[in-house]
Amino acid sequence: MTSSPPSSSPGLWHQILHAPWTWRVTWFYLTLFLFLPMAALVLKALTLNPAEIWRIATDPVAISTYNVTFFTALVASIINGFAGLIIAWVLVRYEFPGKRFLDAIIDLPFALPTAVAGLTLSTIYSTNGWIGGFLEPFGIRVSFTRLGVLVAMIFIALPFSVRTVQPVLQDLEPEMEEAAWSMGASRWQTFWRVILPPLMPAILTGVAMGFSRAVGEYGSVVIIAGNIPFQDLIAPVLIIQRLEQFDYAGATVIGTVLLLISLSALLVINLIQARGRRFYG
Amino acid sequence: MADSSLKQPIAAAGPKSQGTTFQWGKWLLVAFVFGFLGLILLVPTLNVFVQALKAGLPGLLDTFTNKFFLNAVKLTLITAAITVPLNTVFGICAALSLANKNFPGRSLLISIIDLPFSISPVVAGLMLVLLFGNRGWFGPLLEANGIKIIFALPGIVMASIFITMPFIAREVLPALEEAGTQQEEAAATLGANQWQTFWRVTLPSIKWSLLYGLILTNARAMGEFGAVTVVSGNIVGKTQTLPLFIEEAHIQYNSQAAYTAALLLACLAVVTLVVKYLLERTAGIQHRGH
Repeated sequence: MTSSPPSSSPGLWHQILHAPWTWRVTWFYLTLFLFLPMAALVLKALTLNPAEIWRIATDPVAISTYNVTFFTALVASIINGFAGLIIAWVLVRYEFPGKRFLDAIIDLPFALPTAVAGLTLSTIYSTNGWIGGFLEPFGIRVSFTRLGVLVAMIFIALPFSVRTVQPVLQDLEPEMEEAAWSMGASRWQTFWRVILPPLMPAILTGVAMGFSRAVGEYGSVVIIAGNIPFQDLIAPVLIIQRLEQFDYAGATVIGTVLLLISLSALLVINLIQARGRRFYG
Repeated sequence: MADSSLKQPIAAAGPKSQGTTFQWGKWLLVAFVFGFLGLILLVPTLNVFVQALKAGLPGLLDTFTNKFFLNAVKLTLITAAITVPLNTVFGICAALSLANKNFPGRSLLISIIDLPFSISPVVAGLMLVLLFGNRGWFGPLLEANGIKIIFALPGIVMASIFITMPFIAREVLPALEEAGTQQEEAAATLGANQWQTFWRVTLPSIKWSLLYGLILTNARAMGEFGAVTVVSGNIVGKTQTLPLFIEEAHIQYNSQAAYTAALLLACLAVVTLVVKYLLERTAGIQHRGH
């Protein structure tokens, strides 16, 4: 509770009891809807003995879901990192017809419910869908495969990588590039030495936020995937399957693993942002 | 890809002969963006409208008169109607507590408020089950008093609150920081009480950010799927929200019903984006990643 407002009054309890009502509402709400549920998960996991936790956490099916979830989320967020940089660049630096429209629809994955995204992506990318039908002759199947999981993750994580890079690019002074140009730097040199370094914290933040969102994603993935263990079953779906079998211990352990990953991702994002602030203030 | 991104618009800086290559690079990148967004965003969204309207009005009416569908609409609206006001009160309180103050642990507290964005919705649902489910901490106590949270409306509302908790606080906080405290202090010196200061000074200065946070909260609360799946039990006609109705209809190959429900939620998304766009233009609110 180090975050109570500083005041001249001595005791912690005194501070809490006499905190302004906005603080009381904030702490009450956080306790009821955030801390209490998190405590329930962690304390439930701790009631199991360590050997049991390890057995459930490293069960072959569980391992395969981590593999599908984390690896696919990583690939999706890296693809989005590149695509997001190009999209942000095009939106900031170029004028072309339809630009405002493109800028507005980047946020679609935030506004469109994931069930709708999963439904329409699985239709479009199915073997007789608009895009899937086109890929089928090449032997590429998307819906009900890991590739489908990847497409869904790219969809839901896309806005993060565009929206973190865009404002930084906007604030970047073109004069710096002009200076590099006039000093005889090539395009590559200008890009690597002048443009990329100040963008890097934003790009990495976007990738990390996208990764974190993709790891936890359920709605769009459960619909487009076949949800078959060792193929395209993701960890969040495994948690739901465990719950449906009333296997609370199994759900709790896998849920705790996912929670730890989310917390680590949050830590990494904060570190990148803190570093970015220090270097590029 | 990175190479062509260098063909920059600063024509004056580069030699004249590079003008044409720059044009090539520009259009190549623009084409890539249209292609990528087309495949990932545009075509799939367009597909929702095409599929839903394929059978015309009769197809839509068929679903609109289905009582399970109507119940899902009702439940989705009720959930949003409870979630949004509660999160508004919390968001404003949290932002007021944090704005224009400096104390140890402040950035930690902001990260804590952001936590629900990084926790998987399924895990959020699981936490509530472990708390209020029949085998959870408070399960026996609730059962003894005949209170049902899991597999009922309160659970769905709590899951939606968890998922959408940070939106309003995150939007209002920067607006409050920018507005500063001078006007509020002036109001206080002129004898205004806390409420008057809040209504007349603070609220007007944050109204656009607040509205922005509200529409994001509402859209997410109506569309939440993962967390609601876990806590609702997905009982047809009882605890089924629109996203759950979509999944169920899809599994049962009732694609007309699935797409009709999807059409409603897609319209909600379009309205959200339009309001967002207008707020960004008129009120100068910056878009941020969530």
